[in-house]
Amino acid sequence: MDKTKDPNISAMCTLAVGEAGRTGDWRSFRPVIDHGKCIPSQKGRSACFLCWLYCPEGVVRAEIPITIDMEYCKGCGICAEECPAKAITMVKEEGHE
Amino acid sequence: MICEVIWHGRGGQGVVLAAQMLAEAAYRHGFRGVTATPTFGPERRGAPVIASNRISPEPIRTFAQIRKADLVVVLDESLFHAVDILGRLKDTGVLIINTNDAARYVLPESIHLFTVDAVGIAQRHHLMREGAPLVNVPMLGAVARASELVTIEDLAQVVKRKIGDDHLSQNLAALEEAYSGTTMRKHG
Amino acid sequence: MSRVEIMTGNQAAALGARLARVQVVAAYPITPQTSLTETLAQLIESGEMQAEYIRVDGEHSALTVCIAASTIGARAFTATSANGLLYMHEQIHWAAGSRLPIVMCCVNRGVGAPWTIFNDQQDSISQRDTGWIQLYCRDNQEIIDTVIQAFRIAETIYCPVMVCYDGFVLSHTLMPVEIPEEEKVDAFLPPYRPHTILDDTNPRTINPVMFADLRANAEGILCDGYMEIRYKLEYALKGALKTIQDVSDEYALVFGRDHGGLIWEYKTSDAEVILTGMGSIATEATIAADILREKGIPAGVVGIRAYRPFPTEALIRALKRARSIHCLEKAVSYGFAGPVYTDLRAALYGSECDAQMQDYITSLGGRDIQPSTIAEVVLNRIKSDAFDGRFREPIWINCRTE
Repeated sequence: MDKTKDPNISAMCTLAVGEAGRTGDWRSFRPVIDHGKCIPSQKGRSACFLCWLYCPEGVVRAEIPITIDMEYCKGCGICAEECPAKAITMVKEEGHE
Repeated sequence: MICEVIWHGRGGQGVVLAAQMLAEAAYRHGFRGVTATPTFGPERRGAPVIASNRISPEPIRTFAQIRKADLVVVLDESLFHAVDILGRLKDTGVLIINTNDAARYVLPESIHLFTVDAVGIAQRHHLMREGAPLVNVPMLGAVARASELVTIEDLAQVVKRKIGDDHLSQNLAALEEAYSGTTMRKHG
Repeated sequence: MSRVEIMTGNQAAALGARLARVQVVAAYPITPQTSLTETLAQLIESGEMQAEYIRVDGEHSALTVCIAASTIGARAFTATSANGLLYMHEQIHWAAGSRLPIVMCCVNRGVGAPWTIFNDQQDSISQRDTGWIQLYCRDNQEIIDTVIQAFRIAETIYCPVMVCYDGFVLSHTLMPVEIPEEEKVDAFLPPYRPHTILDDTNPRTINPVMFADLRANAEGILCDGYMEIRYKLEYALKGALKTIQDVSDEYALVFGRDHGGLIWEYKTSDAEVILTGMGSIATEATIAADILREKGIPAGVVGIRAYRPFPTEALIRALKRARSIHCLEKAVSYGFAGPVYTDLRAALYGSECDAQMQDYITSLGGRDIQPSTIAEVVLNRIKSDAFDGRFREPIWINCRTE
């Protein structure tokens, strides 16, 4: 495929990791999960996943244990706010005062 | 040559349909250029309404208002008090009036006056809607009599296409009766 | 066999849409368009036309429904007039920018305020810069033929087409119309294939927010920015000049009726005085030309059928022998002049045509104009001493201006 030409006649984009650039470096706070409190980890089955549901960036993976793609997590803190078990803490990134 | 026709009636009398049927019949008769135009804009039952035709051997290239017509058809003679009917008829034009009293009209000698008692004909053939006589089809019969735009056969074909089976025979009979019952008034 | 019926312009447009096998109709009634969409509603209700008639709460929604339908691959049609068209305005841009081959009839009506329901062309002219093709029809035969051609043009180059015709003057006047045969229309107009297929196994966002610059996507393809997408629209519209002409020529071969493609001419071969205009006023002008010829003035008419894209080359060819050009217009670009005059003067500037030009504003809000009046004002203008190359104010015909 000719990578210098856009064949589309109207504007469109496809879903892709990193479509909006590497947004992980926007972060000043980073989510840290305490798996001792996280419901899926504790129960050992698919449950809760509210962090995955609420994440506006789609960087939370609904698996056990839950992981977050830190390349693209902007550190917005919504997951920490929504977690019913208070398992997620927002921790200041180094270099950010 | 373009023949221009103006129909005067009141909203609800079927003036627009009459003009439409005349256009179709004239096309059947061999005129390639025919138009039928309603009064543009909102229409109200009982209000004075105008429709018009242009009929020509050649396609019509004008849509302007007709200033003075060659033929004027009056469905409701009370309109003479409301509308300047003669003002839009050529000095040597043909005027057809639905009336049972032709003698009351005093007109310039150059105008060819035809009259027909379309109300009486409609009543005899039970062509009534909401208590009012339907005079548009009889008036078409009068047009066939007073002009060379259409024959009574052309009109009968169009009436058959346009009018539902329920009232077809009455309409065809009224068309015939109006055709034979239309009289030209001699002046002087 | 094709057959001739006596019908209104609105019926002709509706039958054209039916013959084009339109699949989705969404429209909101407005005078003088109403009887067009009523006819379509009846055809769909009775089963004579296989289409979805989607009722909406206004014109903005009507075109939005057409945009959605066209995006997923349905042939979509709508129609409106005047303030209804203006209420669509945002979506009119959107349809063109999305390159959706929607066809819309604009039944031309003057724009409020003050209210008028009667004809001029201010409504469609005010949508000139939206990226739609605009075709103007001169009689009811041209309306039915142009609706069919419009879908073929639109789906060839993926641009929406506005088929414009004069409200009441054509929309409500009955005249003979030859109805094309269904099988021939089917062969002329193959099924619509959308340029974007919505596919749930390959999802994508249509019309995302664009950045000012080109940007590589995840696959490394350097994607168009807003400006490139807009350039493609402009390029497509310029290319439409050829498509409109080709489609018109092919239509003439198949159906035996030639409406001229971009422009049409009447008695121009020896004409020195040319009258121009769009729609029924240009038809009216042919009689004015005949009247002028009776007075010894070699007059002719060049009717503009395609207003956008503007047929610059075709007009230069048609007008190069003209000594004077008289533009009859049913719209005004307030503060300057009529739109046809404005564009034509720009198109002819520096070309081999150096005719004098005069602009006439006429028939706004349905004001009657007789062919004899057109002939009279043109004759007066030709005789005027002040006829030089300079810009002159438009002459408002049949209007109290003191």
